[in-house]
Order: sequence, then structure tokens, then C-alpha cells
Amino acid sequence: MTYDETTLAQLAEDAAAIIARYPVKRSALLPMLHLVQSVDGYVSPDGIEFCAEQLDLTAAEVSAVATFYTQYKRRPNGEYQVGVCTNTLCAVMGGDRIWDELSEHVGVGHDETTEDGQITLERLECNAACDYAPVMMVNWEFFDNQTPESAKQVVDDLRSGKDVAPTRGPAKVCSFTQVSRVLAGFEDGRADEDQGAGAPTLAGLEAAKEQGWKGAAK
Amino acid sequence: MTDLVPVLSATWGSEQSWSLDTYTDAGGYAPLKKALGMEPGDLIQAVKDSGLRGRGGAGFPTGMKWGFLPPDDGGPRYLVVNADESEPGTCKDIPTMMSAPHALIEGVIITSFAIGCNHAFIYLRGEVVHVYRRLLQAVREAYEAGHLGKDIHGSGFDLDVTVHAGAGAYICGEETALLDSLEGRRGQPRLKPPFPAVAGLYARPTVVNNVESVASVPAIVDKGVEWFTAMGTERSKGMGLFSLSGHVTRPGQYEAPLGITLRELLELAGGIREGHELKFWTPGGSSTPIFTQDHLDTPLDYESVGAAGSMLGTRALQLFDDTTCVVRAVTRWTEFYKHESCGKCTPCREGTYWLTQILKRIEAGRGTEADIQQLLDTCDSIAGRSFCALGDGATSSIISSVTLFREEYEAHVEQGGCPFDHAASALFDYTDTPATEEAHA
Amino acid sequence: MTATADKPAAEVVDTVTLTIDGTEVTVPKGTLIIRAAEQVGIEIPRFCDHPALKPAGACRQCLVDVASPAGPEGKLRAFPKPQASCTMTVTEGMVVNTQHTSEEADRAQKGVMELLLINHPLDCPVCDKGGECPLQNQAMSHGRPESRFVDVKRVFEKPLALSSEILLDRERCVLCQRCTRFSKEIAGDAFIDLQNRGAQQQIGTFDEDVLDFDGYRPVGAATVDEAGKAFSSYYSGNTVQICPVGALTSAAYRFRSRPFDLVSSPSIAEHDSSGSAIRIDHRRGKILRRLAENDPVVNEDWISDKDRFAFAWQNLSDRLTRPLVRKDGELVETSWPEALAAAAAGIKAATAADDEGASRGAAVLTGGRVTLEDAYAYQKLARVVLGTNDVDFRARTASDEEQAFLGSQVAGTGLGVTFGELEKAPAVLLVGFEPEDEGGVVFLRLRKSLGRQRVAAVAPFLSRGAEKLGATLVPAAPGREAAVLAELPEDVRDALSQPGAVVVLGERAAEAPGAFVAAQELASSTGARLAWIPRRAGERGAVEAGALPGLLPGGRTATLKGARDVVAKAWGVDALPSAKGRDTAGILKAAAEGAIGALVVGGVSASDLAGDVSAALEATGFVVSLEVRRSEIAEAADVVLPVAPPSEKPGTFVNWEGRLRGFATAIRTDAMPDHRVLDLLAREWGVELGTGTVEAVNAELAALGAADAAHRPAAPKARAARNPRPKKGTAVLATWHQLVDEGALQDGEPYLAGTGRVAVARMSAATAAALGDAVSVEVSTEAGAVELPLVVTDGMVDGVVWVPVKSPGSWVARDLRATAGAVVSVKGAA
Repeated sequence: MTYDETTLAQLAEDAAAIIARYPVKRSALLPMLHLVQSVDGYVSPDGIEFCAEQLDLTAAEVSAVATFYTQYKRRPNGEYQVGVCTNTLCAVMGGDRIWDELSEHVGVGHDETTEDGQITLERLECNAACDYAPVMMVNWEFFDNQTPESAKQVVDDLRSGKDVAPTRGPAKVCSFTQVSRVLAGFEDGRADEDQGAGAPTLAGLEAAKEQGWKGAAK
Repeated sequence: MTDLVPVLSATWGSEQSWSLDTYTDAGGYAPLKKALGMEPGDLIQAVKDSGLRGRGGAGFPTGMKWGFLPPDDGGPRYLVVNADESEPGTCKDIPTMMSAPHALIEGVIITSFAIGCNHAFIYLRGEVVHVYRRLLQAVREAYEAGHLGKDIHGSGFDLDVTVHAGAGAYICGEETALLDSLEGRRGQPRLKPPFPAVAGLYARPTVVNNVESVASVPAIVDKGVEWFTAMGTERSKGMGLFSLSGHVTRPGQYEAPLGITLRELLELAGGIREGHELKFWTPGGSSTPIFTQDHLDTPLDYESVGAAGSMLGTRALQLFDDTTCVVRAVTRWTEFYKHESCGKCTPCREGTYWLTQILKRIEAGRGTEADIQQLLDTCDSIAGRSFCALGDGATSSIISSVTLFREEYEAHVEQGGCPFDHAASALFDYTDTPATEEAHA
Repeated sequence: MTATADKPAAEVVDTVTLTIDGTEVTVPKGTLIIRAAEQVGIEIPRFCDHPALKPAGACRQCLVDVASPAGPEGKLRAFPKPQASCTMTVTEGMVVNTQHTSEEADRAQKGVMELLLINHPLDCPVCDKGGECPLQNQAMSHGRPESRFVDVKRVFEKPLALSSEILLDRERCVLCQRCTRFSKEIAGDAFIDLQNRGAQQQIGTFDEDVLDFDGYRPVGAATVDEAGKAFSSYYSGNTVQICPVGALTSAAYRFRSRPFDLVSSPSIAEHDSSGSAIRIDHRRGKILRRLAENDPVVNEDWISDKDRFAFAWQNLSDRLTRPLVRKDGELVETSWPEALAAAAAGIKAATAADDEGASRGAAVLTGGRVTLEDAYAYQKLARVVLGTNDVDFRARTASDEEQAFLGSQVAGTGLGVTFGELEKAPAVLLVGFEPEDEGGVVFLRLRKSLGRQRVAAVAPFLSRGAEKLGATLVPAAPGREAAVLAELPEDVRDALSQPGAVVVLGERAAEAPGAFVAAQELASSTGARLAWIPRRAGERGAVEAGALPGLLPGGRTATLKGARDVVAKAWGVDALPSAKGRDTAGILKAAAEGAIGALVVGGVSASDLAGDVSAALEATGFVVSLEVRRSEIAEAADVVLPVAPPSEKPGTFVNWEGRLRGFATAIRTDAMPDHRVLDLLAREWGVELGTGTVEAVNAELAALGAADAAHRPAAPKARAARNPRPKKGTAVLATWHQLVDEGALQDGEPYLAGTGRVAVARMSAATAAALGDAVSVEVSTEAGAVELPLVVTDGMVDGVVWVPVKSPGSWVARDLRATAGAVVSVKGAA
């Protein structure tokens, strides 16, 4: 392994904390791979070895898991993972067009990273925000009701170093490594940050209000 | 007209709706105290009596699932919450957990108490980091408030909750694949039997329940079985979140009694977008056979939707208007299934690979009449042959769309291309240029 | 070790009766439908199913229609869709309709077949599996004449080398997971696993290039061994054999032959004492490959890679085909009559009395690799013709204690602890025995019981093999085993007190003074049974044959007149030599001192012996060597008589259980077995040795039978354990053979050698610390040194250094002239 002593010590400490959450230590593998991404910006071969040694697995068993899940990246990821949903509903509502324009604008294709290392583009599958279609995710924060223009603006702002807030989520989009650390199960203190619930989330509530809460009163 | 019944969604509009204080102020965690005073067996009976059926898609009676656990042998037993919401069109659990995570946590505690579980897990899909933040915080708050940990509120009941983030795999929504994934493996479905109730997580008795199912438990405990059974239809009791998306004026979450119709929901949601008509829709996500205008008055309960040839699924109503090319829609779904096939069994792995290629050719105008039959034949080699339901789901939209819209497939073949203007389907204006839709990797 | 036959399980088995394709069949409860169908001769096609592996249900080829009684009236209710017969167990009254009687099942199977073929390459004409391929057969009998798939096939670069031996053509793979399930479930070597997902799913190691990872392959413990090798499993070849398509092939066999050009002969493997059943596939007198034969009581479905791949040794360019006689200092080819005459004349002359009436005797070394019949002939030659008890098969460390143990408790005891009993034993204690390195399939049997069996190993550290058995370490520095056995931890002793527990003694128990005595005491105090599992294939047979200085055939004591008389009578001679014989070390020592007139040596590698073999050969008057290949000993001999390798002769290996593992000639050549050559040699003295044929030897052995109790040697007496105390700069040597190493029978097989574990020196952290910042360690004696990479090993006994016996860069006997327990110098190197 090529981790320096400090990094390795921190990794080992974090891994121990993750392992402690589970009755059987192998369960720690998925969060530990997120942890590796929070250090290396992707699942590095060193990270695979680290996980294998911590969990008494072979490297093949770890890579078997790392290559099964799409959130694990095999090459250094951009600072911002920008995903455009092109599953049916978002695609039809305009996601395909957003993807086309954004990809042309940024100059990279699916699972490719800009030369400045800022942006990795990805065609996403459904991200469970269909009522906000077309949807874009930046480092797994919601960017709802996108248009080609709004999507390009987000990416431009990110590349120019501006803080960018998602439509629903924290005050600003964090880096890929920071978000990976959250996904490893370490809180970052941003849970209370909020941009409002969004109209579709509250649409039924509004309609019920208009009905005078007849149903709920029963 | 069926009235909406905001129960889970009732507090979503409140200030800091996700916080423990907001939830508690709205009466939250009172049901927990009530439940802790009950016999676990009585809780299970109440949920059985309520008729609550799994809200994750399959609709299996929740109380019965709990009842399948073998008698206590002194070893651990687990509750695992399926929060891997990934079925295309499904978007109800994410807002639930984002806006009111404590409803889920309270449901987890009551359910765990009922089934004798001392360590529960919430398996959340990894691609929703803010939801994860909210869940982690809610669990922490619940520990701090004494709702979790040792001897909860002096009841002698101990419970730990671990919130676990997945890493991107639709198949993990299948409960045994989810368990393998939670054990740190590839999320591939397990053989059944043994069922999770007998040998689930770490080969111990395990209940796997959907977020909405578990979150519904506190309300049942609080308001009573009769309140719950008063809603819904004879065999589909209670309320559920109906997620409207697509070409609808006001998409979103509508919490209503099961059995409400799309016509009623559309009325509440302002109808199909102006100037257009409903063409086809999914009643319960992309794995359910598509419906058309003919099904506007089909009661959205398990039995009626089933009788009409589809499945209630997750009540993910994806609505597509007359601008939408059904071949395009189905092709994209099929690409999704190919992308998400775990690879374990032949029919799903190879079948989705084949179907995708045929559909893409047809959509691009390079198909033949024989291809349309081949689609059906290949679907026949997948449906009912695959290891888990993903394979079946992959064929649903194809078989139903060929049945309902065969002429549209033929038009692609005859015209040598797609007869639709894709730009017309989008929610913003642009001029359609030749598609550069590349394959999903 | 009392003789007990393998009794069929006496317990009553619950059965289930069902109907398959109209035929009623009754099978044990829990039987899978696919197995039940086999009972009535109905073959349901399958790819992922394998009887020795857990059900997977992955390929879906075996779908059948099933109906079973349901409800209070037990009315038949059909399952709505076809069910995988490889995963569903039978139930009472079930009705199964396979492809033969159900259109739906037939349609389902045809559909799956079509899907399996859409991405399968049409390369059967160049595929090794062609002609014996289940997929090909199934496609021919049930597939469509023409493919309806007109789109783009999935392609992969091919082949991928998973190891130097195992190659993978991913295009051909049907992802049945037999190979990964075998590796994980059976061998415990999860070095290959499924990689990627969906249509891109594939079998593989962690290979950053194949999987498109950025960065370099990691090197460390997680990569399996210190070599960074990815698939160094001793059992990897089994994956090739169970692959239902041509996806996995071996480098040794790839593109060498077509199955229908091969002649198959059943045989028994010669590489360890398990006596595994194998099939030798050969063509025009040349072995092309070896496969495991299913033998339910011995090796079940599996063999080690050594048994599978190590067969080139017998056909290398140094193979002896004609006798050699030394003339003017050179070995020259000659005729058999001349060679036999020269051999006899030489021996006679060298052992004849000199002018003063003093004479030097002859001695015989047989090695541990020859068959029962050969060993019998060697010892009979020694005693009848050469008049000596100086005969020993142990080309390794040996002791009188061991001989007494073998004579009192092993020889002539018939079938002792069996594979099946070892598998079912609730507890197993390993003494001087590494199941994976020294036992081959013994390891697989023990591993079958993982989680059900308590395994403890008396050893200086927990080897990888022992770890995979979930073994606990009972730490013992080499030489200290007896003392450790006398003071076993209470929990281990308790475990061994359970009925059926077994204490296994390996060949290295002879390196530990007092170990046999201590093991016997342990057995009698706990009730555990003893099993002696030697490493070499011929050792148990040699014990039975009496190829030991103190033992006559059947466990009779050579120094007891009564015992000798029984044998002499049977052999039709007046008397047998009465002088106490010398063991291998004693013979070599005496020879080096000029006290041996003639040596007859068969099947011994000089480099296996710590003694000074070349000095011994030099000082011996006349040396006759019986060899398959030109060896160091043959080169130094006066007459060399070529003998047949096991594949070219009939014979019997007695495996460690005491089970006779007879085999017939696989390949007919002119080569003669040792026992026949010795029979011919004896005629030069006018003696009818009676060992001309296997039948003759076996008839004699049968007539002799086992020794009367009174004629057996006494059980060994206690000997003090060694307690070497290493000083600064020294350590106690621990060493054993790795399964894949540089043994003579693995010569000529580089692909196999490539899967061997890299030689390292092991030390505890504390012992290593004394060497400073060392990355490698030099182990030395007065005779020489070896230098190996240092691996600090958790839990290892302090003050001990372990190196492999005969791995690349570490030939302990030759280079150090030392054996386990010796105090050696250790020096770190940066």
C-alpha cells in the first residue's frame, strides 16, 4: 500500500468505527468503499487492498463488490459528479436534451471527467425524484426541474468555484470526497440545511388543504 | 370523489419538518410509548388486523410477514428497512425520509419491539446523500431522546439502529439481494427458501419491510385498527402515497386511500398538461404493465389493478401524454433493466441484452416486422424463467406496449424511424435535432 | 487403529415418494428434484448444478413443471411457472414433468438454451471442450438449427490468464459460477469471484487492467500470498474440470488434443498418500492430461493440482529406457542380460569377504514413492538375496520411535480411520502434519466440516491451510511437540474426548522426539483415534511390505526369531538375517564411513536427504540404481536399471487409510516395474524371488497376512522432547514441503510451478525484530545458506524460523543439511 502513515492511521480508525456498527464485520464493506472514495476520490487498488485486509477478504472478493455498484468509481473522479437522469420519464420530459447539451457544453461523455478534474458526467438511472423531472444530481444532491440552460449554468458555476445550492438539500454542494465521507456514515453537520421541501412533495398536502382536510378529519 | 388523507405526509410542510421537535410537537413518539405498554404479540395482531400490506410493491400482508418469524431461540433477529427506492417512477420514500425521518424511526422502534429485534437496519440507496444526513441525524436525536439505546423509556427493551448507505444497484430493492448487499456482498438475490423470516440477515430470522409500511405502523398504533381499515377497499386497506409524475399539471405526492382512481387523482393534480391527452401510464412503476385512458377509472388497489392486467406496485403513476413515443419509452426502460440486471441468471442477463438491441434497432427505424415477434418470444423466454422478479419486470412494459400499441412499433419499422417529435414531449422548448442517444454503459 | 469397514449409515432415512415423468420414485427427504430424476434415469439438462456444490439456480436450464398436493384435501396444485429442479427439494406426492413430458418445461429449456447461445462464440472447432462440452451437446440435441440472434455479440479479449495454469475465455463463460463456488466453498480460496454486473458480469481475479481500475495492483496480504499471485490455489485445476463449457482451460492442455482422440485409463495418483482416483487421458503413448475420477469414499470429485498436472516428469528427455553399465568411468547403454549380470557380479564382489575374511554388507534404500509390490520386492531382495535388514523406505527424517509406532499400530491393521470418519470427526488434532501442503485432498475433506469440526494444529504457526480450516494453534517449536502434547490446553483435550475425535500424525512426527509416545498417551487418555498420514504415496505400502530395518511384512519384528521363522517358512528359506538393520540415515552414515559394500537404491532423490549422499555413494563399493529418470544417484551408480513410472505398470498404493488402491497399466511400454526387475536380478543369484508379477506378490502378502500380536514390536517408549534454546543470531528451524514445489515429480511442468507459493522465511515479530530492519533473511548452517524474503507471521512461536523444504531458492536438505528442530544461524538483510 502506498498510503502514508497518517492517512493509513486515519483510515484504520474510521474503518474501526464503521465495523463497530455491524454484528458481522463484512457488512462494513460498502461504507468502507465509500470511505476509500472519500480519501482517494475513487476506489483505488490500494483501497481495495485496505478493505480486504481489514475484513479478511481476498482482493477478488472486494473488487467483486466494488465493480457491482455504480457509485464506486474506478478512476479518479471529478470534484463534482454531475448526473443527468435519462431514464424514461426524465428523458421524455427533456432529460435527453439536457444530457446532449450538457455533454457538448462540457466536452465529455458518460463516465468521463473534464481535464481540469472538476466535472465527471454520468447518465443516471432513476433517482427517485420523478415528480421533479427532469432531474439532475450533483454529488448526489437534487437539482430539480432542470432545463439545458439551468444545467449548464450549474456546471459553469461549479467550475468557476462558486458555491452552488441544490434545489432540495444543503446550503451548498460539497465535494465528491466530502460527500463520500457522509456516505461512509460520518455526519457532516449539514442535515438541518434546507432549501424548502419543493412543490411536488407538498402537492398532495396543498390539495388536501383545498379539500378542507375532509379525508383526514374522518 | 375520494378525499386525500395526509397521514405520513401531514407534517411535511412544517418548519424544520425533519426535526425531532417538530415531529414530537405533532404527536410523534406518543404511539411509541403506547406500543411499549402493549404485548408484542398484540402489536403483531393489530398490524395483522389492520390489513396493512407491504408498500414496497409486492403488497404482502405486513403483519403476516412479522408472524412468520420462528419462535425466539435466544439468538438475534433483525428488522431491515428497505429504503432502496429505485424503481423508475417511484419517489415516495425519499420525500418521506427527507421530510419526516422520525416517522420511519418511530415505526422501526415499534416494529422491532413487536418482533423482538434489538438491532435494526435501514438500507438506504446511496444516491440521496441529504436523505442520509437526515436519517443519521434523526437516529442520533432518537438516541439522545432515549427512544433508542438501552432500556428504552424504562421498558427493558434495547434497540440499536444502523443506517446503511448502498452504492447504486436497483436490484438491491429485492429483499434478499438487499440482505446480501447489507452483508457486504454483491447485491444478488438469494435462493428462497430459506425465506428471510427463517434465515435472513446473517442467516438469522429477519423481517424486511418497506419504508412506507414501517412508517405507517405508528399511526395504526395511535389511531387504531378501525381507523385504518375504514380506509381503502375490502382487501386493500388504509392509505398510501400516490406519486404522480410526467405530463401532469401538478406532479407530486398524493396520500389517499387505496382504491382511489387516476381520474380522481388527476382532478386533484390539475389534469394532464394543458392541450394534451393521457396516452399511457404505469400504475406502479416501470415493472408494471402499462395502462391507457381505458384504465382511468380502475380503482388503484391491489385486486382491481391486478384484474385489469397490471400491478399496483409502488403506486408510481408515470403519466405520458400523446406526444410520447411508446417505443422510445419502452426502449429506455429496457436499457435500464439491462443496466441493472445483476447478471446472476441467464434469462435476465442475456434476455435484456438481446431485447435492448432489438428495441434500439426498431426505435432507430432499423427494425423488421419479425423483430416485433422476436421481442415477444424473447420476453417469453425471460418472464417466469428468471431467478427473481427483475426479469419479469423487464418484460412488462414490452409485452403490454406491443399489445396496446403494436401499430406504433410497426410505424417505426415502416417509416424507418420514429414518427414522433421528441421535443414536443419535453417540458421546455427546443428544436429536435437528430438524436444522439447513446447506449447506457 | 482398528480395522473397521466403511459401514453404510445404519440410521433410518426419511423418504419422500414422488412422480417424475410418470415414474414413481422414492428418495431421501431433502433430495433435489434434479437428483431424484437421476435416480430413475431422467437427465434434466443443467450447467450450474453440481452435486458437490451448493445449489445456485443461476443458469435456469433445468426448469421443469412441478405440481404438489396442497390444501386440506391434498389436491394437486401446479406451480404457476416452471421451477429450477436444481434448487427445489422434493415433497411427498409431488408430480414433476420434465422436458420429456411437459411442453412448457421443454419450451422454457429451449428458451434458456437460445439465450445461453446468443453471446456464445461459434468457436467449437478450436475449443478444447469441443466433443465433451455439455453446452455443445445440449445445443446439438435441443437447440435451434439456426440462431435468431442477428445483433452484436459480446466480445472479450481472450484468453485471460488467471494464473500460469488456469486460462479464462470470458466469451465462452455461461456464468454458472461452478468455479467460484468451488473456490469459495470447497477449496476456501476465493481468489476468483464474479466481477462487474449484468451483461458485463464475468469471472475474474482482481485485475486492475481487466476491470479498468486506475492505479497499480496492490501487493500485500490481501492479494493472497507474498507473491502477489492471484489464483495460487492448490486445487484450481478442479475448476477446469467442472467448467461446463470451454471457458476455463489449463495452459498444460490447451490446444493439445481433441477428447475423442484420447484413450482414457483409470489410475491412482502417485503424489500423496490419499490414493486419489484419477483418469489418465493419453494418445500414442503420451499422457495429455489427468482428471479427477469420482470416488465417493476417497477423493470424491476432486484432486490436487499436483495430482492433476504433475505428470510430465516421466517423459522428460532424461527418461531411462535402457540399462546402463559403467565402463571406463562412463555409463553406457547395454542389454538387460548384461546389465543384470553386471549388477549381480558387482554386488557379489563388493560384499565378498576380503583376504582377511572381513566383508562389507549390502543395503537397500527404496524411497517412499514405489508401490506396495515394489517395496515388498526390495525388502525381500535385501533379506533373501543380500542377507541384510539394512533396508528403509524413509527418504526423510526417520526414527526408531516412529518404526515402533508403525510396527505396533499401523502395519497389518487394515483400514483404520477413513476419509469419511476424518470428515465426521468432531475434533481433529494435527501433529507434524499440514493438511493442505502434505495431505492434498485430506485438506478438502477436513474443510467440508468447517464450522462443525474443531481443528487444532500443533505447529510453530498457523499455516494458511490450517487457517482455512478454522484451526486453533497449539504453539510448538519444532522438537517440542511431545511436551506440548502432554500439556494440551484443556479445551483441546476436551474436544478430543468426544467420540470419533482423531489425532493425525504426519511424516514430520518422526522429527519430534517423543511425539508418537505422547500421541499414544493422548489417544488412550481421551479415546481419540490415531491416524498416520504420511506425505508420499508409497509409504503406507512400504510399511505393510516391511521395507523397514526392524519390520518384516505384516508388522512382524525383524529381531524376533519367531517372527522371522514365520516369514522364512513362507518364503521357503532357512532363515532370515537377524542382525539389527540400519535406517536410512544409519545406512548413509555407514556407507560414508566405508562400511557398506553395495547399495541398491530405487526412487530416492539425493536432494531429499540431509545426510551426505554423495560421500556415501563414493565410499560404497558398488551401487545399483533403479530409476525412471537419470537422477543424481543414477549418475553415481555402477549399474542403472530403468523402471516404469506408475502409469506404465500395474500396482497398488496403500493409502493412509490402509485402503488398497490398485491400478492397472495405463500405457503399455517395455518398461518393467521395480518388483519385476528385482525378480530378474535375484535370478543372478539363482534365487526365485517370486516378485515377477503383481499377482504373485499379492498372493504372498495375502498368505503372510498380519503379524500375531506376539510378533509385533512393542509400542514406542517415551523419549525426551528436544528443547533447543537458540542463542542470539540463531533460531530453531521449522520446515515442511509446500504442495507445489520443486519435488522431482513436478519437473517439466512450468505452468503448475507458476501457481506455487513463493518461498519465504517466516518469523514472529519479536524474532524478526532482532534482525533489525530486514526485508529478507539468510538462514545458514555450516553446510550452506538460503536467503528468502522475510514474512513476519502473526502468532508464530518466538525463536523459530520457517522455510519451505524444497521450494525455489530453498532446498533445505541439500543446502543446509539440516532438518526441523536444528538450530540455524539467521541474519537479516535489507
